[in-house]
Amino acid sequence: MFEHPDLAKLVFGRLTWEAIPLHEPILLATFVAVAVGGVAVVAAITYFRAWGTLWRDWITSIDHKKIGVMYVILGLVMLLRGFSDAVMMRAQQAVAFGDAMGYLPPHHYDQIFTAHGVIMIFFVAMPLVTGLMNFAVPLQIGARDVAFPFLNNFSFWMTACGAGLVMMSLFVGEFARTGWLAYPPLSGIIASPDVGVDYYIWSLQVAGVGTMLSGVNLIATIVKMRAPGMGLMKMPIFTWTALCTNVLIVAAFPVLTAVLALLSLDRYVGTNFFTNDLGGNPMMYVNLIWIWGHPEVYILILPAFGIFSEVVSTFSGKRLFGYASMVYATVVITILSYLVWLHHFFTMGSGASVNAFFGITTMIISIPTGAKIFNWLFTMYRGRIRFETPMLWTVSFMVTFVIGGMTGVLLAVPPADFVLHNSLFLVAHFHNVIIGGVLFGMMAGITYWFPKAFGYKLDPFWGKCSFWFWTIGFYFAFTPLYVLGLMGVTRRLSHFDDASLQIWFEFAAFGAFLILLGIFSFIIQLVVSFRRRVSLADTTGDPWNGRTLEWSTSSPPPVYNFAFTPIVHDSDAWYDMKKRGHVRPVAGFVPIHMPKNTGAGFVLAVLSMTCAFGMIWHMWPVAAAGFVTLIVAAIIHTFNYDRELDIPAESVLRTEDARTQLLASHV
Amino acid sequence: MSDSTATVAPGAAGEAQSLRFYDSGGHHPENGTLLGFWLYLMSDCLVFASLFATYGVLGRNYAGGPSGADLFALPLVAVNTSLLLLSSITYGFAVIEMQRKRQGATLAWLALTGLLGAGFVGIELHEFANLIHEGNGPQRSAFLSSFFTLVGTHGLHVTFGIVWLLALMAQVATHGLIAANRRRLMCLSMFWHFLDVIWIGVFTFVYLIGSLP
Repeated sequence: MFEHPDLAKLVFGRLTWEAIPLHEPILLATFVAVAVGGVAVVAAITYFRAWGTLWRDWITSIDHKKIGVMYVILGLVMLLRGFSDAVMMRAQQAVAFGDAMGYLPPHHYDQIFTAHGVIMIFFVAMPLVTGLMNFAVPLQIGARDVAFPFLNNFSFWMTACGAGLVMMSLFVGEFARTGWLAYPPLSGIIASPDVGVDYYIWSLQVAGVGTMLSGVNLIATIVKMRAPGMGLMKMPIFTWTALCTNVLIVAAFPVLTAVLALLSLDRYVGTNFFTNDLGGNPMMYVNLIWIWGHPEVYILILPAFGIFSEVVSTFSGKRLFGYASMVYATVVITILSYLVWLHHFFTMGSGASVNAFFGITTMIISIPTGAKIFNWLFTMYRGRIRFETPMLWTVSFMVTFVIGGMTGVLLAVPPADFVLHNSLFLVAHFHNVIIGGVLFGMMAGITYWFPKAFGYKLDPFWGKCSFWFWTIGFYFAFTPLYVLGLMGVTRRLSHFDDASLQIWFEFAAFGAFLILLGIFSFIIQLVVSFRRRVSLADTTGDPWNGRTLEWSTSSPPPVYNFAFTPIVHDSDAWYDMKKRGHVRPVAGFVPIHMPKNTGAGFVLAVLSMTCAFGMIWHMWPVAAAGFVTLIVAAIIHTFNYDRELDIPAESVLRTEDARTQLLASHV
Repeated sequence: MSDSTATVAPGAAGEAQSLRFYDSGGHHPENGTLLGFWLYLMSDCLVFASLFATYGVLGRNYAGGPSGADLFALPLVAVNTSLLLLSSITYGFAVIEMQRKRQGATLAWLALTGLLGAGFVGIELHEFANLIHEGNGPQRSAFLSSFFTLVGTHGLHVTFGIVWLLALMAQVATHGLIAANRRRLMCLSMFWHFLDVIWIGVFTFVYLIGSLP
C-alpha cells in the first residue's frame, strides 16, 4: 500500500493500517460478527434473487410509506448498536471499583458513551420519529404522497449515510471521546487531533441535511396537501405534532449545521471561534449547540405526544378530550422550546438574573405538558378502554413521563442545578423522559401502525413481554442513578473508588439486562408475527376501529393511498365517515398521477458520504472528487424532466376490486 | 373504459345526507415548490443568523491584531454592493421578460445577472486575497475568523447561485419557458434576492459599523 509515501499520503491522507483496530479484541470480535452477518445478508439477498426488488422497490422508491418503513428499520438497527454501547457501559460501571479497572480502558469507554448518545439521538430517535411521520402523515391528511417525493428519498439516504459513517468509525479509526455534544476546547484540534471528532462532525452534517430537507418536505405536505375540508383545526393530532416538530426542525437544525461548520473551520483551517487563544470563545459553542439542542428534545417528544393522543383516543373509543387545548399546548411547547436552552449550563455563570429567566421559562413548559397529561387522562375517563399493546405503552408513558417531568422541574431550579449539574441525576432524568416518552411513544406507534404498513398485526403476547421488560427494566436501570446522582456521583466515569456505590450500579446493570430481554422480545415478536401473518391478518384496513383517515384505506395501502381523495367534515374524519354510513366507491376510477422512482437520491447521498469520508481522513483528492461529482450529479438530475407517470384507471380498478372481494370474503 | 366504471358518483350512493365523502377525481393538491423553497430559505437565513450572532460576539476580539477600521476599504465595498444590488434588478427584469414569454430577453437578462454576480465574487476574492497576503487571514484573530466566515459563506452562496443560474439558462435554452422552468426561475429569483437582503445586513453590520473607529 505504501511504496511511495508521498503519493500514499496524498491519496490516503491519515488513513493507515494502524487505523484498523486489529489489536482490540472487543472491536475485532464485533467486526467479525458484523462481517459474518453482512455476508449472510448479502448471500441471502443473492440466493433469493432479491437485488432487483431491493433496488426497484425500496432503494429507489419515492413512496412515502416505504421510505417511512426504511427509516424505522434504520432506527431499529441503530438501536441495537446504541444499546450494545449502553450494555457495555453498565457492565463496566458495575465492576470497575477500587483495584478492579473493569474491562474497558478509558480511551475506549469515552468513545462508547459518546457514540451511545450520538447514535441514540440522531440515528435511533430521529429516524424512528421521521419514519413514523413519513408513513402516517400523508395517510392521515388524505394525500397520495408527500410534497417532494424525490427529496424524501434523498433525505432518507442522507440520514442512512450519516449512520453509515458512525458505523464506519467503529472499524476504521475511532469515534469522538468528547461526549455527545463535543464541547470545545476538548473537541478542538489540540485536545482531539485524531479522526474521532471529524467522524462526529461529518456524520451529523450529512444526516443533518437529510433531516432539514425532510422537515421542509413535511411542512409543505401538511400545509398544501390536506384533503378538502380538513382545516387546520380538523387535522389529526399526530399531524399537528408533526407540523410543530418539522417547524422546529427547520428552525433548529440550521444552527447545528452552522455551529458544526464553525467547529470544522477551527479544526481544519485553524480559525479561532472556540479556541482559548486569539479571542476565541468556547462558551459560544455551548450556547449555539444548545440553541439547537433544546428544540431537538421537543422535536423528538412532540410526535410521541401525537402518537399517544391517537392511541389513547382509539383504544378508549372516544374523541380526544380537549382537542383544541392539545393543539394550543403543542404550539406553546414549540415556541417555549426556544426560550430555555440556557438551563443546560446554569453553572456557566451567566449571573442570577439570566439563570432565573431560563429557570422560569423551563418551569413554564411543564404547564402545557401537564395539560396534555390531563387531556389523556380525561380521554380515558369513562372510555371503553382496550388494553392492547399500544395502549399499555401509553399508560406506562403517562406514569413514567410524569416522574421524569418532575425531576426536570427540580433541575430547572438553578440553585438545585448547581448541585445536580452533570451528575447521574441528570442522566437518570433525561433517560426517564427519552425512554419513558420518546421510546415508549415510538414502540406504541410502531405497534399501532404496523398492521397498516404490512397488513397484519404484531403478536400481542411477545409485545406485552417486550413492554413489561422495558418498563420494569427502565425503573431498575435508572432509579439507582437518581440515588447516585443525589449522592453526588458525576456522569461519564469509567472507574469508581468508593466501593459502597457498587450495589447501585449492579442494580442498574440488572435493569439494562431486563431491557435487553425487552429488545429480544421485540425481535421475537417481529419473527413470530411474520410467521403467524395469516392468522394476524388485517383484512379490513381498520384493525383497531380507528378514527383517522389512514384507517379508511386498505392495509397495506395501495401505492396511490386513496383511489378517491376523501372529503373531510369532522376532526375524526374516518370515525365520522363510518358513523354516517359512507359507501366505499367501487367504480368510476380515474387515472392517478404519481411520481416515478429514481436512484438519484441514493447516488447523491453516497457521493456526499464519499466526500465526507475524504474530509475525515484528509484524503483531499477523494474529498474534492466526491464534492465535484456530487455537484455534477445534482445538476444532471435537474435535467431530467420526465418524473411522473399515470397509473391507468384499469389498474386502479383491479386494485380496488381485489379489496372489494377481500372485504366481502371476511364480513 | 367500460360503461359501468363511468356512471356512479363516488360517495353519493346510499348517502342519506347530502354529505359527500369522496372527491370524484378532480381534486389536485396545490404545488408546494415555492412554499418549500421559501422554507428552505428561512432555514438558510438561520444559518446566517448564527454567523451574524457569532460575529456579534467575536467581532471585537482583535487579539492585538487589526480592526475593521484598519482593514476595510469602503470604496471597494461600495462598488461590490452596487454590483450585487444591480444584479437583483436585472434578475427582476429577467422575471418580467419571463412573464412576457420572451425567452431570448429572459436569457439575456439572466446572463447579465450572472456577470454582475461573478463581478461581485471576483471583487470579494480580491479583497480576501489581499487580507491573507498581508497576514490578516482568518487564523489571525477571532474577529477575522468570524469576518471571513460570514462574508465567505455569503460569497459561497452567490457562487452556487451562479452555477445554478448557468444550469437553468441551459435548461431554458433547451426546453423553453415551460411551467417547470418558470417555477425554477422563481425559486432562483427568491434565492438571489434573499442573498441581496443578507448582503445588506453584512454591509451594514460588518463593513459600515466595523469601519467606525
